[in-house]
Amino acid sequence: MNLMMEVLFFGFVVLTMTGALLAVRAKILMHGVLGLAVSLLGVAGLYLYLGSPFLTLMQVLIYVGAICVVLVFGIMVGYTPNEVAEKVPMGRNALLGLLASGSAAFFLMVMVLGRTHWVPAAHRVGDFSIEHVGESLLLTWCLAFEMISVVLLIAIVGAIILARGGREEGSQ
Amino acid sequence: MDTMQMTLYDVLRMVIAFLLVITIVFINALVMGYLERKVAAKIQRRWGPMEVGLQGWLQMVLDGVKIIAKQLIVPRDADRVVFRVAPLLSFTPVVLPFLVLPFAKNLVGRDINLGLIFIIAVSSINVLSIFVAGWASNNKYSLFGAVRSVSQNIAYEIPILLSLLSVVLITHTYSMQGIVAAQGTVWFCLVQPVACLIYLVSATAETNRAPFDLPEAESELTAGYHTEYSGFGFSLFMIAEYANMFIVCAVATVLFFGGWHGPFSGEYLGVLWFLLKVFLLMLTMIWVRWTYPRVRFDQLMNLAWKYLIPFSLVNLLLTALIVKCI
Repeated sequence: MNLMMEVLFFGFVVLTMTGALLAVRAKILMHGVLGLAVSLLGVAGLYLYLGSPFLTLMQVLIYVGAICVVLVFGIMVGYTPNEVAEKVPMGRNALLGLLASGSAAFFLMVMVLGRTHWVPAAHRVGDFSIEHVGESLLLTWCLAFEMISVVLLIAIVGAIILARGGREEGSQ
Repeated sequence: MDTMQMTLYDVLRMVIAFLLVITIVFINALVMGYLERKVAAKIQRRWGPMEVGLQGWLQMVLDGVKIIAKQLIVPRDADRVVFRVAPLLSFTPVVLPFLVLPFAKNLVGRDINLGLIFIIAVSSINVLSIFVAGWASNNKYSLFGAVRSVSQNIAYEIPILLSLLSVVLITHTYSMQGIVAAQGTVWFCLVQPVACLIYLVSATAETNRAPFDLPEAESELTAGYHTEYSGFGFSLFMIAEYANMFIVCAVATVLFFGGWHGPFSGEYLGVLWFLLKVFLLMLTMIWVRWTYPRVRFDQLMNLAWKYLIPFSLVNLLLTALIVKCI
């Protein structure tokens, strides 16, 4: 059964990476969103592998089922459906940028990896059951949890303000 | 992780369950297609299918054979890959929820403790498939159907979740078997009549059934998001729609109408009661479809945002208060 778990893990990783590549390299915006959906499904699979079915389902429900749908909706309302993006040339600058960001990420990763105390996924590090998640969110970390909703509220208000301004300018 | 350590027995069990589910999905589409045509005919005072078999019961089988034999046409300007993927994408999310539906006391694919959330999460992919289908067709009717479908689904998902939540507040569990077990003496449609009504209305809208079938309103949009699909691509959408109806009605049965509970429902015989309730609910949906005219789009949105959501919120609040006080 261990082999099967390994296969599952790498399957999810491949799914996530493929989706992510598709999302950033797509020439049609819609394909990008679909790639994002695939990538998020892969992440949901990784959560399952780490032993949190609740987080998996929430990932599917919120990210794939809600956020991707809203993104697609935005594309449909905002753009002509089949607009093809200009091909981004892979010039010298792009290569240099890739190299710089890649090496920076590499060094950061090495530093973080060296200092982390790793626990294998097979060992249960915490209780991820829905009761425990609920208790910690609404009792222990209640303030942080409520602050997140305030941040979301501010984001919504900001979005409305931005959209309002644009509309008035256009109509004048 | 306990749920991940599957033995060979479990794997075999899941494979068998999956094959059974696929069979159920296809047979359900045949039965429902036939029922829909017959009930529609009865309501419109005509005969419906009569030619093949007694009372035309073979009609849907022959239609299935015909549809398999048809050519698959991809429109010239369509996005080929996405156009082909969309029907499969619409089919997957309707198969998975069957794995957690409790058909009888001992007849369930796998009773996980997050069963209800599993069904909701998986079904939420369905709307994405409709959208992808409408977009990939590159056709204004399909696109309009898809846009309508998504705005409708976003609006009606909220009252569905809120009404289900008020039941979960009483049962303290998301497990489908647990919810059924809690209804041994009294069905939740009597305890939660408002939630039940809100769920049934929203579920009809969620499955894009008349009187809320604006995404595929034939008089305005030809057929909505699946206008361009021919042959088996179309039939996958149709099968998925009927399977979706089954799931929605099964969830209603589990949450509000006592699931497999009934006289003489032993370990396995409860499946008869379960199917009876589900098919009665689906017959009601067909009956409603052929009785009421299609609503206007503003009426549809008003119903969701101005009535269903506030009522379900108040209902949830009252339920929480009562549960807390008892």
